[in-house]
Amino acid sequence: MIVRIMGEGQLEVGEEHLDRLNELDAAVEKAVTAGDEAAFRTSLSALIEGVRAAGTPVADDTLLDSDLLLPHADASIDEVRDLLDEDGLIPG
Amino acid sequence: MSMMKRMGMIFRAKANKALDKAEDPRETLDYSYQRQVEMLTKVRRGVADVATSRKRVELQVNQLQVQSDKLTQQAQQAINQNREDLAREALTRKSGLQSQMADLQAQQAQLHAEEEKLTLASQRLQAKVEAFRTKKETIKATYTAAEAQTRINEAFSGISEEMGDVGMAIQRAEDKTQQMQARAGAIDELIASGALDDASGLNTGDDIARELQSMSTQSDVESELAALKAGSTPAVGTNQPGAELPAAGSASAPAAQLPAEEEKSPEGGQA
Repeated sequence: MIVRIMGEGQLEVGEEHLDRLNELDAAVEKAVTAGDEAAFRTSLSALIEGVRAAGTPVADDTLLDSDLLLPHADASIDEVRDLLDEDGLIPG
Repeated sequence: MSMMKRMGMIFRAKANKALDKAEDPRETLDYSYQRQVEMLTKVRRGVADVATSRKRVELQVNQLQVQSDKLTQQAQQAINQNREDLAREALTRKSGLQSQMADLQAQQAQLHAEEEKLTLASQRLQAKVEAFRTKKETIKATYTAAEAQTRINEAFSGISEEMGDVGMAIQRAEDKTQQMQARAGAIDELIASGALDDASGLNTGDDIARELQSMSTQSDVESELAALKAGSTPAVGTNQPGAELPAAGSASAPAAQLPAEEEKSPEGGQA
């Protein structure tokens, strides 16, 4: 499965890592819902680290849609909320 | 559904919505390609802008370093002349500069990281745009307008997502450099006004240098006077025009004339 870390590009991650990554993902979501900045920072970096460790980078000249998307490592809670907002606009 | 999955779907939907759709799907491919090339130009300009900001901050760090070294020297001079108060003042200002420098160095590191990220993004986008162009030409050559329709979505997979991602990355870099440029502008003004010479805010301008200068002028005058009183002539020889003591400054010039008049034998020192 293809995962995009925003600002970093795409990685291919094996299905076997999905359960673990979903756990990390749930922690981020919980922190975003609670508006807990400290928990958000730790859980987001844990998730991104987890994806980086489990994945292999997709070649630059490969054109594939991602199955999963992660915000960039310094993203704020607000930026993540925007990414989850279906009415938002992407610049460019 | 996981947050990562939801984000992916929403992001892709938004990115696809941003596509310009033409009547002939083959034209849609061309339009999109144009926009990709524009985005590539934009991201390259972004890299250049970040590099410019980084160099500006580097220049400021160097300027502050020069200033800081000068204050260290002044503190040493002040100590040599038994002026601990002045030395303390110089070191206080230096510590103010040091914290400014640490702040600027952190900015420099951030801009450097940003520059690297954008450079990679630009390389990635370039490879993808090139791959898209090949795909587009194949579709245009192989299919009629009606047939091409079914190939369009396939052709766009990956590229619109990449465009959205790069677009946001450029936006973030712009925001960051704008913030830093505002701060860099403020520091440039401070450097130009000389206020950083005076981090303690006690006086204006480089008063430590002035005081040290006047002290060394005074001590030159005193030592010459002492030499005259002692009736020693060798000191006169050093007061030929162009042979002033480097630290004496303009205040010592009138003093230099005195021995010549009193002794009525200007050549005496050299004889």
